[in-house]
Amino acid sequence: MKRYSGFSLFKNALSYHENWQKIWRSPKPKSDYDVIVVGGGGHGLATAYYLAKVHGITNVAVIEKGYLGGGNTARNTTIIRSNYLWDEAAQLYELSLKLWEGLSQELNYNVMFSQRGVLNLGHNLQDMRDIERRVNANRLNGIDGEVVTPERVKEIAPLINISRDCRYPILGASWQPRGGTARHDAVAWGYARGADALGVDLIQETEVTGIRRKNGAVVGVETTQGFIGARKVACVTAGNSGVVAAMAGLRLPVESRPLQALVSEPVKPCLDTVVMSNAVHGYISQSDKGDLVIGAGVDGYNGYGQRGSFHVIEHTLQAICELFPAFSRVRMNRQWGGVVDTCPDACPIISKTSVDGLYFNCGWGTGGFKATPGSGYVFADTVANDRPHPLAAAFNIDRFNTGALIDEHGAAGVAH
Amino acid sequence: MLLIHCPHCREDREEEEFHYSGEAHIVRPLEPENLSDEEWGDYLFFRKNPRGIHHEMWHHTAGCGRYFYATRNTVSYQILETYMVGEKPQHTADSAGASQ
Amino acid sequence: MKAVNRLGSGARTDSAKTINFTYNGKPLQGVAGDTLASALLANGVNLVGRSFKYSRPRGIVGHGAEEPNAIMQIGSGAGTVPNLKATQVELYEGLEAASVNGWPSVNFDLMAITGWFGRLMPPGFYYKTFMYPAKLWMTYEHFIRKAAGLGSSPVQNDPDSYDKLNQHCDVLVIGAGPAGLTAAREAARAGARVIIADEQSEFGGSLLASTDIIDGLPATEWLDAIVAELQGFANVQTLPRSTAFGYYDHNFVGILERRSDHLGLTAKTGARQRLHRVRAKQVVLAAGAFERPLVFAHNDIPGVMQASSVSTYVNRYGVAPGNDLLLFTTNDNAYQTAIDWHNAGRTVVAVVDSRLNPTGERVAAVTALGIQVMAGHGVIEAQGGKRVKRALVAQLNAEGTQVIGPVTKIACDLIASSGGWSPAVHLSSHTGAKPQWDASIVGFRPGKSQQQERSVGACGGTYTLRGCFEEGASAGAQAAMLAGFGDDSLMFPVPEVLDIQEQPQQALFLVPHTKSTSRAPSQFVDLQLDVSASGIELAVREGLESVEHIKRYTAMGFGTDQGKLGNINGMAILANALGQSIAETGTTIFRPSYTPTTFGAIAGRDVGELFDAERYTAVHRWHVEQGAMFEDVGQWKRPWYFPKQGETMQEAVDRECLAVRSSVGILDASTLGKIDIQGPDAAEFITRMYTNSYLKLAPGKCRYGVMLKEDGMIFDDGVCACLAENHYLMFTTTGGAAAVMAWLELWKQTEWPDLQVYFTSVTDHWSTATITGPNARKVLAKVCDDLDLSADSFQFMDWREGTVAGAKARVFRISFTGELSYEINVPAHYGRHVWEALMEAGEEFDITAYGTESMHVLRAEKGFIIVGQDTDGSMTPADMNMDWVVNKNKAFSFIGKRSLERSDSVRENRKQLVGLKTLDGAEVIPEGSQIVFDSKQQIPMSMQGHVTSSYYSANMGHSIALAVVKGGHSRLGQTVYCPLANGRTIAAEIVSSVFYDPQGERQHVE
Repeated sequence: MKRYSGFSLFKNALSYHENWQKIWRSPKPKSDYDVIVVGGGGHGLATAYYLAKVHGITNVAVIEKGYLGGGNTARNTTIIRSNYLWDEAAQLYELSLKLWEGLSQELNYNVMFSQRGVLNLGHNLQDMRDIERRVNANRLNGIDGEVVTPERVKEIAPLINISRDCRYPILGASWQPRGGTARHDAVAWGYARGADALGVDLIQETEVTGIRRKNGAVVGVETTQGFIGARKVACVTAGNSGVVAAMAGLRLPVESRPLQALVSEPVKPCLDTVVMSNAVHGYISQSDKGDLVIGAGVDGYNGYGQRGSFHVIEHTLQAICELFPAFSRVRMNRQWGGVVDTCPDACPIISKTSVDGLYFNCGWGTGGFKATPGSGYVFADTVANDRPHPLAAAFNIDRFNTGALIDEHGAAGVAH
Repeated sequence: MLLIHCPHCREDREEEEFHYSGEAHIVRPLEPENLSDEEWGDYLFFRKNPRGIHHEMWHHTAGCGRYFYATRNTVSYQILETYMVGEKPQHTADSAGASQ
Repeated sequence: MKAVNRLGSGARTDSAKTINFTYNGKPLQGVAGDTLASALLANGVNLVGRSFKYSRPRGIVGHGAEEPNAIMQIGSGAGTVPNLKATQVELYEGLEAASVNGWPSVNFDLMAITGWFGRLMPPGFYYKTFMYPAKLWMTYEHFIRKAAGLGSSPVQNDPDSYDKLNQHCDVLVIGAGPAGLTAAREAARAGARVIIADEQSEFGGSLLASTDIIDGLPATEWLDAIVAELQGFANVQTLPRSTAFGYYDHNFVGILERRSDHLGLTAKTGARQRLHRVRAKQVVLAAGAFERPLVFAHNDIPGVMQASSVSTYVNRYGVAPGNDLLLFTTNDNAYQTAIDWHNAGRTVVAVVDSRLNPTGERVAAVTALGIQVMAGHGVIEAQGGKRVKRALVAQLNAEGTQVIGPVTKIACDLIASSGGWSPAVHLSSHTGAKPQWDASIVGFRPGKSQQQERSVGACGGTYTLRGCFEEGASAGAQAAMLAGFGDDSLMFPVPEVLDIQEQPQQALFLVPHTKSTSRAPSQFVDLQLDVSASGIELAVREGLESVEHIKRYTAMGFGTDQGKLGNINGMAILANALGQSIAETGTTIFRPSYTPTTFGAIAGRDVGELFDAERYTAVHRWHVEQGAMFEDVGQWKRPWYFPKQGETMQEAVDRECLAVRSSVGILDASTLGKIDIQGPDAAEFITRMYTNSYLKLAPGKCRYGVMLKEDGMIFDDGVCACLAENHYLMFTTTGGAAAVMAWLELWKQTEWPDLQVYFTSVTDHWSTATITGPNARKVLAKVCDDLDLSADSFQFMDWREGTVAGAKARVFRISFTGELSYEINVPAHYGRHVWEALMEAGEEFDITAYGTESMHVLRAEKGFIIVGQDTDGSMTPADMNMDWVVNKNKAFSFIGKRSLERSDSVRENRKQLVGLKTLDGAEVIPEGSQIVFDSKQQIPMSMQGHVTSSYYSANMGHSIALAVVKGGHSRLGQTVYCPLANGRTIAAEIVSSVFYDPQGERQHVE
């Protein structure tokens, strides 16, 4: 892999950019792999990367039905934070955040991780109790965070409305300075380039249509390019997990819902942090390009249509205009939807299954993007060693039978 | 934004009047105590979540307050029918598969 | 400045009526009917902006929604609007416009220095650099952000309001050009309710700039007639200045009507903009098409324009944006521009046609005017600084892929280009329909949609005027028929137009240069985002194959014009680089908004005080008059505490709490949810929902119950009273009322429809005053003479119907304070009267109104939980030390029962409710504090629980707290620690959660 740098850019400019190396190869699939990762989104590519990098397993293919990073990686609002309530979730997201902090250098690919901080607003007394509880838990877990006053919120985000006269005044917030945003596409591309350089085959435009098993163990996958053998199959197909699970005769405690987002036209810098509100129901940040990037909760019904209902957008913009009255005259440039797999406890499933050699990583709901590096890291470890990584153990699918759920509804971004 | 026919009101009404209430036709076990943790967990949390024809419950929250069932395609969002609790759907994944 | 390019009045402007405006502070004049763009062009303004990435000078290119360059900041102060396209801004007196990029000014731009380094900024360059040293990225980013963005957001609150109209119609016609107008007329005549919307200031679409003759009339006169005809139908609503921005499921279309933007910066009266939420039975899409520019070197220099835009400025606005025109085309259609320019009295230098042998009727007409036609040629490069000075023209091979002849320099100041047309498939695409490539029209046609819609005219790929009329009329008739009107036959003759014979166009997406694409001067594809053909080829060279990857890597189509001009060329260039057909490569999916849509308009009225409904109790005004502080609980405004003059919150709460336990207090408890339950199976049903049994609850009796979700976790709690045989009243928590109601209905309707039981929410029907304290009975006795209040007769957990202060009342002897309490429910409209009567009766006992804060303190003294504060969705009754409320011997396995037996529910060491008593009684532990057993442990610490409720208790004389602690029930007497954010640690002893009156004797006071 040729390294990227300012110097390489200059050198290539001299030759009219005619000599850049391919970011990744376009290989024909081999007949057999040690591990097949189903799904070439951020999590799947990170899984493949860490399998190769950390565990030395390089005979790996990532099979993607569309293009790399084309699912929720391409459709999210890029918020990164680790201020989750429960130990299990907080430790997983904090591992992820630590990986984010060195990711551009690790991958030699600038994922534009911008640690501009995340505010989670509180609008009523119970919000503030929950914020205190969560920030205290974060602090004792070694995760940065503090509870801040409305005045401090205003310093961090000057256009926000902290008047006490509005319908749900801001009473305070949690503030995680190490949180922020990243360039979503670059994360997928960076992991893809890194995995490819380590020998992983990235196979695009190829759909897995079946999971072949023999004596209760995985032997490979059927694809639109024919059968491909594998000793282990790791499924990371957000928005389609139930469909892929059904191929192996499994059911999941997952429902797939539309999650919508929108951006404004680009405007000059006017919001230097990420602002999220559970009670008023919306979140907003500003991309480096200048777009206000806005999202809210999932739509009410199951749907794979990558689009949702307009009234959800209306409510979201009511929330944004309530928090930032000055943005009322800014205009929506584009809106879209993704498909998120939601679990009953708003926590993911990172798990072995009842089929030997078959693993699932799914159910990230609205919060998957921020987890990309950590998810790939612990999932690769789980697959490589055929036992849960210590940080993945609590996310076993068995918790839905034992009842040991990890209820993160309060911290999972937008409450439902 | 969906336009939903409430079979009780016998009117097409805006989605905003309704609440989605999950998969339909899940029958509560008669003797929960006799189920294993796995069987009970399956009843509680595990869902079909199909890509395509889905039978689901809706509540006409801001209307008549009644629950009813709908057969909806989760990809096209087309609603093939709505029907009363206790009734069987006319459209199923098999019948729709033939017509698609 | 003189309006050097003003020809006179155009078809839709009146040069006698001047309008003053300013551009970058400079006063200019336009005329009535002008857009900002036509007025700027009339004044000879070449340069309207700087490009996003390279800061290259840019001029006006188009005349409508497709404009990529002329992005303006309109107005200043609170009403300012960023990023409006000058081509869509109607001129009004006093309009202030400013270009958005360029520092210190758009004419002299220091940022243009980045242009010199343009070669260092190919697509994806961000990803390849700014990585080292890692800590500098935030600094790099600061400067990247500063350079990005277009206009500026307002910083003040929006002075305008916005409203919404929910509309239903039989036929919605989007676009009022020739196809849309005839469609609307046919549908209207058939009797359908029709809405026809168009984004422009007036109806007509392409006809507004047309020189055609229709039914023997000039196009614009014919247009006026049909518009008047449409307006004459009672069943037609015409919506000019109304953009259909999104097409959603089940034929729901969002239309933004700009009501006042053409009159001034802010609305003088009423709403500035209106969102029409239209549910249509049938939709006719007649949204037109966009002319496709030709991609050649330095095609971004001001003075390179769309051919149809040049014609529009000449014909519609009476503005000639230059002097010496060179027309570059691949089709017959654009020859009209040469004719229009010639007729305007300006010079056509040449027509350059990439086709070898153009012979259509318009070609002949141009030749007849003596204009030179250079067939088989292309403009390979434009030259000039801030304005085109010349075109480099060369002979091309037949396929248009190579320069095969010498390069000729032709002086000109305007290059009009036309590469054919691209249907506006955007709205159709919103429905999920995938556009299909059709080589015969060299464009994407709308795909197959699941919605009740059809695309007609140019947006369906039909470009002849006759074709548009025919398709529009039959689509209108068909849509009406499908909506239940008419029989699909046409009611009007199709308008007569002259047929002009045209030859096929050539597909030309990238004009070759003498140098390779990577070495030629930039050939721009997406002008707003500085995406060039070489950038697309580079992305392919780097291994990107998917059109979505290219879009994301280069940013093509991500601008505020959403790639209306550039996308098709870009996809074709990509296909060529990949060695694929355009059909194989496909297109990206267009998403709403078709054009940018104001946030405030989408939000509508539901902001500010109307953001969410406020619910008040019947006694609310009294609380306000008493100076109560309020707390938001769901939508309710509840009195939080009642401070007296000069009191702090703590002082007020102390006073209120002491008053309750020493004499009597009064609480407005009206917000508690109340559900009236009736039917022969009511007791059975309630018993299935609560953890305890109600089968033997007699009339006149109450019982406290806990409700679980099926996962065994506490969901709600409250008292349920038996009002009469088969008649119950269930109280819920304030926040849980609606959810509990839906929950009951869910089980009744879907699982046990055979049970005869009926629910009615009666929360708002009753006003509830709780009087509590040792003197409560005395107070009640003063205003109630028909109830025997004696302790023996009216016992704890009884209820009685009687008369209180003259009002029929239900009085419940239940207690959330541990004191003798009566919850007095009266019909809501008597609420304030009864409240005031109780206040008056209690005066001699110094009756004290208290709020939710004191309510919380008093119940915490008794260890009573609040669902949602002391529980969080992961707590069972056993965790709350409330096994006494769970009847495991009920015949029916109540909701949630089975889950209580799961391995995790019976696990040792679950978090359990306990009391905490700080070693220093004056110290109140902050709510939400985490609890550890080992205060010396290094971070990360092992957290064992958290504080759910914590107060200073004036009655106890020390602080009290409720907490959930792992294994807490077996840890009484142990010391735990709460490490605070400020570095201090509070030590506390685990005690019983019941602090006050553990024997429960207080409520039996005589």
